Amino acid sequence: MRIAVASGKGGTGKTTVATSLALSLAADGRGGEFAPGPPLLLDCDVEAPNAHLFLQPRFEHVWQVGIPVPHVDEPRCTACGRCAEVCAYNAIAVLGAKVLVFPELCHGCGSCARACPEGAITEAMRPIGVLRQGTTMGGIDFGHGELTIGEPMAGPVIRQLKQQISPRPGQVVILDAPPGTSCPVVEAVRGADFLLLVTEPTPFGLHDLRLAVQVGRTLGLPMGVIINRDGIGDEHLAQYCEGEGLPVLMRIPFERAIARGFAQGRTLLETHPAYALRFREMVLEIGRRIEVAG
Amino acid sequence: MKIVVTTTTPDLDSPVDPRFGRGGYFVLVDADTMEWQAHPNPAAAASGGAGIRAAQFVAEQKADGVISGDFGPNAHQALTAAGIGMYLFGGSASARQAVERFKAGELETPSGAAGQGGRRRA
Repeated sequence: MRIAVASGKGGTGKTTVATSLALSLAADGRGGEFAPGPPLLLDCDVEAPNAHLFLQPRFEHVWQVGIPVPHVDEPRCTACGRCAEVCAYNAIAVLGAKVLVFPELCHGCGSCARACPEGAITEAMRPIGVLRQGTTMGGIDFGHGELTIGEPMAGPVIRQLKQQISPRPGQVVILDAPPGTSCPVVEAVRGADFLLLVTEPTPFGLHDLRLAVQVGRTLGLPMGVIINRDGIGDEHLAQYCEGEGLPVLMRIPFERAIARGFAQGRTLLETHPAYALRFREMVLEIGRRIEVAG
Repeated sequence: MKIVVTTTTPDLDSPVDPRFGRGGYFVLVDADTMEWQAHPNPAAAASGGAGIRAAQFVAEQKADGVISGDFGPNAHQALTAAGIGMYLFGGSASARQAVERFKAGELETPSGAAGQGGRRRA
């Protein structure tokens, strides 16, 4: 089972939910028969990964990831311009007899190398970030990516994080997505079995939730909502969820103790251990909903 | 000598569009005869690399120089590689006036690349 945690709006509690969800599954199952065991959590917010601050895994492996960028063999190049024509990102330009490559705009799609009639383009790996893999004290398998500062493209790092760190058979995967609804979010939630949307009952929360729901619908994912900071704002969020047939799977109250704990690096589960059971029950409910949707 | 001016409408008497990569039109002017033709900027709506695409278009027109409001780092690099001169329109009221001032040697060249090139920022 692969559960993606996303939100639209930033700061609504994705990491709070993802880390507590992971801890609840890693707990030994007391208070319920359902004990799927420690999950694999992948922090896909590669522009600002922070789940490790809460789960504190020991990172055992670190390696670079990159994208293939074109290298033009000038003696073979006839400056025909085919490479620039096929580049959707304007990362390669033919200016008179010169070919210029702009590596930071390249998405690594390889079209230029394939289109070159002279075979003058080869691809070389350009590192844009690192992946780290480790395990927490409680046995949670953990992975995250970190995009190099100044690099504009998070997508390839997220894609490789998901490809290169695999779950064990039967292990639950939790994908902590970046905020927003653009390419990196799509890359993070793609292939998930369920999209868990964390939001807050404010106009901003609702506005961005609507966008996130459109992403989920486009990708054909079953979805559910967690309302965080419940008690602030207004009723529009609840009305929207009801109108759209989006199940509200959990409400987390707006509470000083939770915020204080978070600021000190404590997860929701550590502040309120009773949430372990609630999260496990939610995963059971998500499992049922995946079955119905499947 | 062929000069390209970035403009807001397809007309020699149009105001200069101060953006190079995302300007509306390119007016290609023969500086000797003042004959001109206008082309829409093929890069105006590009999701990224607009300055590069625009520079390539200007190079394809076999222009010797280009007049605009500023040039980002990628456009600057591409136009330099193509050997195309860059000139700042310096508040000229129209593309026509900008070309006249260019011919009089009154337009300045940029001291360096402006801003941050790359992807369109939301």
